[in-house]
Amino acid sequence: MSTTALDVGDTLARTVGAGEVGEKLVLNIGPSHPSTHGVLRLILELDGEVVTRADTEIGYLHRGDEKIAENMTWNQFVPYTDRLDYLAPLANNVAYACAVEKLMGYELPPRAKVTRVICCELARISAHLLGLGAFAMDLGAMTMFLYTFTEREKIYNLIEFLTGARFTTSFTRVGGQTRDLPPGFLEGVREFVDQFDEKLIEFGKMLNRNRIFVDRTKDLGVIPADVALDFGLTGPNLRGSGNDYDVRKYFPYLGYETYEFEVPVGSVGDCYDRFTVRMEEMRQSVLIIRQAIDRMPGGPWQVDDPKNVLPAKNKVLTKMEELIHQFLVVTQGPDAPVGEVYFGAENPKGELGFYLNSRGGGVPHRLKIRAPSFCNLSILNQLLPGHTVSDVPAILGSFDFVMGECDR
Amino acid sequence: MSGLSGEGHGDLLSLAQKLSEFRGETSWQVEKEKLPELMASLKTQGFTYLVDLAGVDHQGEDPRFEVVYELCDLHRKKHIRIKTKVGEGDTVPTVSHVWRTADWHEREAWDMLGIRFAGHPDLRRILMWDGYPHHPLRKDFPLAGLSTEMPDIAFTAAAPLEGGPFVTNTASLAQDREPRAHPAEERSL
Repeated sequence: MSTTALDVGDTLARTVGAGEVGEKLVLNIGPSHPSTHGVLRLILELDGEVVTRADTEIGYLHRGDEKIAENMTWNQFVPYTDRLDYLAPLANNVAYACAVEKLMGYELPPRAKVTRVICCELARISAHLLGLGAFAMDLGAMTMFLYTFTEREKIYNLIEFLTGARFTTSFTRVGGQTRDLPPGFLEGVREFVDQFDEKLIEFGKMLNRNRIFVDRTKDLGVIPADVALDFGLTGPNLRGSGNDYDVRKYFPYLGYETYEFEVPVGSVGDCYDRFTVRMEEMRQSVLIIRQAIDRMPGGPWQVDDPKNVLPAKNKVLTKMEELIHQFLVVTQGPDAPVGEVYFGAENPKGELGFYLNSRGGGVPHRLKIRAPSFCNLSILNQLLPGHTVSDVPAILGSFDFVMGECDR
Repeated sequence: MSGLSGEGHGDLLSLAQKLSEFRGETSWQVEKEKLPELMASLKTQGFTYLVDLAGVDHQGEDPRFEVVYELCDLHRKKHIRIKTKVGEGDTVPTVSHVWRTADWHEREAWDMLGIRFAGHPDLRRILMWDGYPHHPLRKDFPLAGLSTEMPDIAFTAAAPLEGGPFVTNTASLAQDREPRAHPAEERSL
């Protein structure tokens, strides 16, 4: 490589390749940058203001969750799932527990299923609220962020009431939850959803009629439906392109086939469509929550398999057999059969899947996390070229990714 | 989720071998030489969505690694799992030209397990940094990590994790596996 003498402030310092002096500029965004929502790093090659080549660097938040999973029992991994998509920990807990239960061959009692549906949909609303608030803030509409966080706070209060933690919930266990619904929780959820409809209309008005927001999102970052599926996009990012794939409808779990709700899809596949799909999904989540509260059955909230499912705490302290079971489940883990399963759940960001390979016993042989944000981001290298640098934050915001999940 | 029985899929029957059915899912084993042909034909038959690609390390077996593909046919709502075995130092043909999502998945399998994909356009590390010498998801890689000879990276020593209070290992005896499961007489209560 040849070197050239440079003056202070000379733009040549940042150009690449001796032959292209003054033509291409390499711009590094991230890994710590407000518009990259975490630790995503983009290396953009620019021609003037237009991106000509993009390289997406991930892995800055890699913690080796899959390695960790191979070294602990099935239940011990639940807290790690909180830290995948840390904006919707409840939904991750549910997806992971359902995956292990599929391996175990459990059929959950009705009360546990309905409880988990409420958990998933509350998590979806909370994650979409943050996604929308951050998206709008990236485009200069600061107010939206403050409004959505007021609503998120109410959901956090409910989650704290339910699980004892606001953020890292760790609510599920293999075969059930850590506890039954506390008295008064369903009333609290109903109170929240009853006032939330109006707020949604308010949020819609705040952005749909915001000329700057609409101009900066319409016809921007267009992804055709077949390309989106080819890159493994799922969730609102895929549905914004017009493909109606929703795991809850295609491969129903937790009794989602018995709820009445619609899957909103976009028509163009631009940033604006991805935004409207999320807005509509929150409305559908409210519908699902209402149906779930109305039908909440009584009865057991855990699978009846004393050797593999944690017994009730009051029995552990008074009965010998339950104490032994508790000790075995905690120290050796639920005794899983030999086999392999894949379970995918519709999470706020897309299809969160777990591929479990078990050689029997309480520890997975291999646990692969199919992270929706990982697949969603893989399209950036193809999508970003041709857009201006100022469009990049808008596209990133519309993807609503979480690096904790992408990097695992 | 319903598995695929093989009817109307002549290619599948001739190229792949049906493995056991488990929890309503069907797995098929295919030799890696026949993989590109099978995958291309499956895609034209409707499996347009590659859900996931996972590498598995079966240390002590020969061949050592296994690559697991989860495919979905969204029109007929079918799921199918294709598995292929690959030895250490051997290569698997890439499917990144069939489904572009496989690009990053294969990079991850290379990064984490050291499985090479022949014909991949850009087989770089994806989660670990360029130049990292190990493949951390291999079974012989310790949980605490290994030190690396990279002076410009801040943390080159192994993490002080092994033997800590919250680390379990995969031994079969509870006392070996779970450091907190001490016999009663050892406790100082």
